[in-house]
Amino acid sequence: MTVYYTREHEWIRVEGDQAIVGITDFAQGQLGDVVFVELPEAKRQVTKGGEAAVVESVKAASDVYSPVSGEIAEANQALVDDPSLANSDPEGEGWFFRLRLSDPGELEGLMDAAAYKTFCDSQ
Amino acid sequence: MNDAPDRLLPLDDWHVARGARMVPFAGYRMPIQYEGIIAEHRWTRASAGLFDVSHMGQLIVTGAEAEKSLEKLLPADLFILKEGRLRYSLLLAPDGGIIDDLMVTRRGGHFYVVVNGATKEGDIADLTERLPRGVVIDHMKEQALLALQGPKAVDVLSRLAPGVEDLGFMTGGAFPLAGANVWISRSGYTGEDGFEISLPGARAAEVAELIAAQPEVRPIGLGARDSLRLEAGLPLYGHDLDLGTTPVEADLGFAISKRRRADGGFAGWERIIAEIERGPLRRRVGLAVEGRQPVREGAIMVDAEGNEVGKVTSGGFSPCLEAPIAMAYVPAASAEEGREITLAQRGRLFPAKVVKMPFVPHRYYRKGAA
Repeated sequence: MTVYYTREHEWIRVEGDQAIVGITDFAQGQLGDVVFVELPEAKRQVTKGGEAAVVESVKAASDVYSPVSGEIAEANQALVDDPSLANSDPEGEGWFFRLRLSDPGELEGLMDAAAYKTFCDSQ
Repeated sequence: MNDAPDRLLPLDDWHVARGARMVPFAGYRMPIQYEGIIAEHRWTRASAGLFDVSHMGQLIVTGAEAEKSLEKLLPADLFILKEGRLRYSLLLAPDGGIIDDLMVTRRGGHFYVVVNGATKEGDIADLTERLPRGVVIDHMKEQALLALQGPKAVDVLSRLAPGVEDLGFMTGGAFPLAGANVWISRSGYTGEDGFEISLPGARAAEVAELIAAQPEVRPIGLGARDSLRLEAGLPLYGHDLDLGTTPVEADLGFAISKRRRADGGFAGWERIIAEIERGPLRRRVGLAVEGRQPVREGAIMVDAEGNEVGKVTSGGFSPCLEAPIAMAYVPAASAEEGREITLAQRGRLFPAKVVKMPFVPHRYYRKGAA
């Protein structure tokens, strides 16, 4: 099981040919209290770097981009029902969606945990 | 965008030491939040929140002609304004547009005027130009401004400055506080009971520290200040009010005193009185938005054909109602309570309903009230 990170502050946890995507703890801290999420429906095709979800905090709306291309397998209904999970457990219960990777090669070029930490420290 | 560095306010270090996230606002570096907007918002409604609003402009207007000349620019009845009393008022352009909204206090032979931070330089330039030479404006640049808001604000402040509990809503007085001479008024921008404290910037950290050390008090950032004032139905200049809006359109008719309506003699009176008599073409209203997604400033109101007929000027998620709320300018025909309208944001439609403001009831302390 490997976790990668994007410069847009999404994480992606790869499990075989599928992966789970969410926003990082750094991202939720920057956003503040999350009050609404809009998640992609199953079977939707998403592309690497393309808009996949919307997260709204008290202050602002932000897009969440898919770290890789693929087909949405499942969205996290628990997060829709309680958007504050994105704050309280962003890299666990507050995951956004699960997808089937169409090109695992796209994972190359994403950051690992150490590189992401360095990236955040420079922000 | 300009590249001028953000100016620092007297409490800058104090905010940083308390873990605030600092952001640029009105040309200053200011705290947007400490522990989180929703928690700070709820704390203010339940207990007492301390706000630093030292970016706002604090002006002293003096001169024998001050009252008469200010009445040419503001629709307030300053003639009947008693010593130590304050009024919400508007600095009006000749066409009735709003240059700024403000608080004006009669205080010891002068008027003490508090204007918005982002507009203060323009206000001073405008006042200097339109007031006669004998009326002098002193911008108290070294003065800080704190607000203590919430149901327990009176318990806290009466402990530190005995006597403030006797102030009624929209009255003020001079008090010693932590060894400093401060001006305290019972007023604010949250809809709650509370106080605003004008004090020398050099004493601000000491006073803020003393107030924040009280168990009922937490520091509150600008984020919650905005969500609190939205729930209270209070407009924000530059968003809900601007040069293109009149007091009548903005539903601020209460700020135009009876005598001033009848006698006029202030900037924009002709247009304003016509709007009062015939009704404005559009009006600022409160909206309850269906669903959970916030509809924000910049969203539009559309008619059945999809034409833009109105606009959202403030919008967000109400922590107390746990639902999205907004302020919008809508056509007069759609402005009555209960009217169902449609908003559009990023290509999506949102049903909304016109509702009475405030969204959350005001809890001001009015003397003599039951």
